[in-house]
Amino acid sequence: MKTFKRVMALVMVAALCLVCFAACGGSEGETTSSAPADSTSAPAADGAAFKIGSTGPLTGEAAIYGTAVMNAAKIAVDEINAEGKIKFEFKYEDDVADGETAVNAYNKLMDWGMQILMGPVTTGSSIAVGAKTFEERVFSLTPSGSSTDIIDGKDNFFQVCFTDPNQGTGSADYISENMKDAKVAVIYRNDDAYSQGIHDTFVKEAKAKNVEIVYEGTFTKDTATDFSVQLTAAKAANADTVFLPIYYQPASVILKQANDMGYKPTFFGVDGMDGILTMEGFDAKLAEGVMLLTPFSADAEDEKTQSFVKKYKEAYGDTPNQFAADAYDGIYIIAEALQKAGCTVDMSAEEICEKLIAVMPTLSFDGLTGEGMTWAKTGEVSKAPRAVVIKDGVYVTPGK
Amino acid sequence: MSKTKAIKKGSVKTIITYALVVVSFILVTVFSKSGMLSRSTQGLLVPVCCYIVMAISLNLTVGVLGELSLGHAGFMSIGAFTGVIISMSLQTVIPSTALRLVVAILCGMVTAAVAGFLIGIPVLKLRGDYLAIVTLAFGEIIKELINCLLVGIDENGLHFIFNPTGTKSADDLGLSEAGKVIIKGAQGATGTQTIANFTAGFILIIVALFIVLNFVNSRTGRAVLAIRDNRIAAESCGINITKFKMIAFVLSASIAGAAGALYGMNYSNLTSAKFDFNTSILILVFVVLGGLGNMLGSIIAATVLYVLPEALREFSDYRMLMYAVVLILVMLATNNPSVKNLFMKIIPGKKEKEGTVK
Repeated sequence: MKTFKRVMALVMVAALCLVCFAACGGSEGETTSSAPADSTSAPAADGAAFKIGSTGPLTGEAAIYGTAVMNAAKIAVDEINAEGKIKFEFKYEDDVADGETAVNAYNKLMDWGMQILMGPVTTGSSIAVGAKTFEERVFSLTPSGSSTDIIDGKDNFFQVCFTDPNQGTGSADYISENMKDAKVAVIYRNDDAYSQGIHDTFVKEAKAKNVEIVYEGTFTKDTATDFSVQLTAAKAANADTVFLPIYYQPASVILKQANDMGYKPTFFGVDGMDGILTMEGFDAKLAEGVMLLTPFSADAEDEKTQSFVKKYKEAYGDTPNQFAADAYDGIYIIAEALQKAGCTVDMSAEEICEKLIAVMPTLSFDGLTGEGMTWAKTGEVSKAPRAVVIKDGVYVTPGK
Repeated sequence: MSKTKAIKKGSVKTIITYALVVVSFILVTVFSKSGMLSRSTQGLLVPVCCYIVMAISLNLTVGVLGELSLGHAGFMSIGAFTGVIISMSLQTVIPSTALRLVVAILCGMVTAAVAGFLIGIPVLKLRGDYLAIVTLAFGEIIKELINCLLVGIDENGLHFIFNPTGTKSADDLGLSEAGKVIIKGAQGATGTQTIANFTAGFILIIVALFIVLNFVNSRTGRAVLAIRDNRIAAESCGINITKFKMIAFVLSASIAGAAGALYGMNYSNLTSAKFDFNTSILILVFVVLGGLGNMLGSIIAATVLYVLPEALREFSDYRMLMYAVVLILVMLATNNPSVKNLFMKIIPGKKEKEGTVK
């Protein structure tokens, strides 16, 4: 009988080893077969292409962002490959907007042979992965990770989107300039790095600019289904402007509940509000009159935006949001930087990283999300924020 | 005669458990040194170790003590954040990362044990499912408390602010120029130096196993088992129910704290939202699927179930769907009468157990 037990134990050890091997065997298989067609863009015909990877949420509550980034990046990669000056191969992994999973996904991409990281999409994942890319010298450009913690002390990490402080101060500045005597209520999620970060800088700048904040309400992930308390308090405090530095999902609940209770202040959001119009099961009419700070609007009339929006709609049937535009720009920024730095496909990730770090501060880029974008050595982007208002289901410049 | 045999049976199982861990460690180390392990596999090693230790810890509460804990991630969270604070504040005092890791893990153990003790005082005196209810709340409370916590350090020492209204920010800590913010409320601990490694994880597993297995076979452990199997009989034998329950529960909490500390120092970004109810349930799934009271089972289940979602990346969007399907299949297979019979034939110990259940 004891021998049976030993046999069992051996079988279990074997099973354990098998699991380990299954994991690495799988990744090896991927490099040759460029596995799931879903997340890999067509590799260049001659095989000599820069390997760009990205991670972002394809499942979970922030999935809209990750999906938008993946789709738009693929459009950009296909365009660049068609042009032929430089070839890209793109691979995207799901990270559920969780730091732990993001590191796993990043390791997976490194196994694949990634040379440049165009990600991660969300802030928490970017911080977790950022520590790794800094250590291992992999050039990273996040399309939408907006916290300063991402780029803090890391010379290899750059951002396409605004930082949280910029969004917070930008919103406060805009309100103080254009909405005189506004009584502002802030409702934010205090267990979320993004929301808390914008709130902190908004409040600071609002104080400096004498914007009156009459109420500050908080919620958490678990209480994001009912805002009647916060809205009643905001109403009682006579707030005529409600600043929502939060993602679109809780914002949609706030809009619905405010409408139900007949409370009609001006809602003011930041880039996380972007995506609310395409949210499933949400009546877009409720978002009428909502203002938000975003660098991209899909109805801008310039040629670049028009062609991108058209392609995106054809391929995925949706209007692209700001995240998509950031990702699209991100790929083009990398392409331009690579060409300017004179990188070649056979260079290692470290070599490319050092070259790109040197080139980034000298770059001036015209993209969908801004003209003449430049970068500081710290990785922060400088571009003009733009406020838009939702009118008839599209973003328009206020006052139009 | 049968008694000596039973002890032998137990010790054989213990030896197998240790052997499995040691052999896996040696194999993995050899493979990773020779470059045969992919990066994604290597990246999984430390979190796997943390979850194994968590599973061992929870198995002590659920399997050995027979109480349900639904907030074990709360202890992990306490350990993790204590570990991070200690490790960051001792950065200059203890330059050796290995020593700092040990100190941080020990501090994580102590704080988690204190939390376990405080919860245990009122709850472990009661009968029924109260521990489950209270730990469920505890996990959520810890999450919210850490969201309100601002911690920074400068040359004058640690600065704490408790910020329940959410109106304060890291600027209010009053840090000097050289100061560094360690925990920024909901934004969690960022910029942590990652000093955890696989060897530390392996040692932690061995230590946790050593503590738990010896505890179960000790006089105290037998008292705890007696309480689990028949509380009234145990009480009538003069066993102090609350005391022994408390010993087991605090031990379990402290091991969870150690696992948390190791986990916290493996990632440069750590938010309390990570240690939510889902994480508690994930660990409970490891324990239940591995078998209650079965440490070997916990270790295998934690490893397989943690690696599985990563190994299933090939299925891209259907990854978690596949994961659920595999879980259901495993549960069906382990509950299948013919599979059970097979196990009963192979493992003689199971026969007696089946008898008592019926």
